[in-house]
Amino acid sequence: MKLSPDETIFWEYGFFTINLTLVTTWGIMLLLIISAVIITRQLRTDVQISGWQSFLEILVTGINKQIEEVGLKQPAHYIGFIGTLFLFIATANLLIILPWYEPPTGSLSTTAALSICVLFAVPFFGIQKNGFVAYLKTYVEPAAFMLPFNIIGKVSRTLALTIRLFGNIMSGGLIIAILLTIAPLLFPVIMTGLGLLTGMVQAYIFSILATVYIAAAVRESERREMPITQPK
Amino acid sequence: MEINWFTVVAQVINFIILVWLLKRFLYKPILKAIEDRENKIVAQLEDAEAKKVEAKAEREEFQQKNTSFDEQKKELLANATSDAADHRQELFDNARTEAAQLSKKLATAAEEQRHSEQKTHRQKIQQEVYGIARKALFDLATVSLEEQLTQSFIKRLNALTKAEVKQLKTAFTGSSRPLVVRSAVALSEAQRQALKQSLDELLAIETSLSFEVVPALIGGMELSTQDYKIAWNISAYLRGFEKVVPALNGQQPTNQELKEYHV
Repeated sequence: MKLSPDETIFWEYGFFTINLTLVTTWGIMLLLIISAVIITRQLRTDVQISGWQSFLEILVTGINKQIEEVGLKQPAHYIGFIGTLFLFIATANLLIILPWYEPPTGSLSTTAALSICVLFAVPFFGIQKNGFVAYLKTYVEPAAFMLPFNIIGKVSRTLALTIRLFGNIMSGGLIIAILLTIAPLLFPVIMTGLGLLTGMVQAYIFSILATVYIAAAVRESERREMPITQPK
Repeated sequence: MEINWFTVVAQVINFIILVWLLKRFLYKPILKAIEDRENKIVAQLEDAEAKKVEAKAEREEFQQKNTSFDEQKKELLANATSDAADHRQELFDNARTEAAQLSKKLATAAEEQRHSEQKTHRQKIQQEVYGIARKALFDLATVSLEEQLTQSFIKRLNALTKAEVKQLKTAFTGSSRPLVVRSAVALSEAQRQALKQSLDELLAIETSLSFEVVPALIGGMELSTQDYKIAWNISAYLRGFEKVVPALNGQQPTNQELKEYHV
């Protein structure tokens, strides 16, 4: 029994491998980009707009709002990264309704890749916002001896991100596969429905956590810049 | 369940590419469209606000104009009413004046008509009476009547007042012509002599007389110089008669008039 789509290999040459994960990811990428291009080709700025444009606008403004609520003042700056995280994970998870589909998020390689992206995005945005030194100083806050703990925290939360998404999606797929063998008719449908829900929740959790980490990096630097006023 | 590091690297690259592509084809156009629409709506709202303000100003102006128009209308109406009243009064006054004038004219016309009718009546009656008298006197005209007439004229001359005599004398002496005696029929020599004698005695001078026959002087005689005339005929009687005939004047004769007539 294959636990990961990584194990379905189409082509292999030494280190280079083309497996199901990559193929599915490309498919999802194509789907997303083609849909975006088709819909945004006929964007209108009138009051009356098409249903698809309306859907995309709700989606984009929804993501923007979430980012803003977490504490990032300029959501348009972060939506490229956070929005893509959400859209990719959500699409990958929602497509489980298709038969013989295996979500790429069920592969530890994919979730690790996304977590690594978050791991690097946090310092990237932090440095972009407040400078390199100011960002590095966050590692020795509130005291220098906290440095190792901070580093461990950063790494462990990346691991947590990776494992959480992988575990949830993989387990969902696994449960469905197991259920198919014992109760092939009704239960897999229910479990697929639950899987859709779990997939959406995980997409939300992953992207919101990424946002929180980025916001923390950006805000930590901001907070230190603000003058400290003692309450009277 | 192991990590394929090539897949990890490939997925990282895939993800970065996806971020770039979605930014390019999804977020930017959508956010731009939203921003454009918001700007458009803001512009429309501002425009609407400006129009609202403008409309308010126009409405106020209109109300102000309306009020002033009402006031003007009232004023004009009041003026027109007052003018109409004045004009009516003037027309009334004119009408009254004209009516009074017309009534006066009517009265004058009626008076004139009455006078003219009176005159016509008088002339008619005079003519009738003259006709009757003329016929009667023609029938009666004998020598003895002529004598009587002459005697009557002489009596009348003798009855003249002193002032009248003096006036007659002055008129005669002031003129080179002889006194003219006109009568309806030719006077006899004896009558002419008697007349001359009585005149000589009256005026106390030698008079010269010329005699003319005028048939129109029925039953009468006339003595005239250049600017003095004494006549005796029945016209005087007729005039008296006229006064006592009420139908001619449309009024009762006075007692004085009746007395004169009867005398």
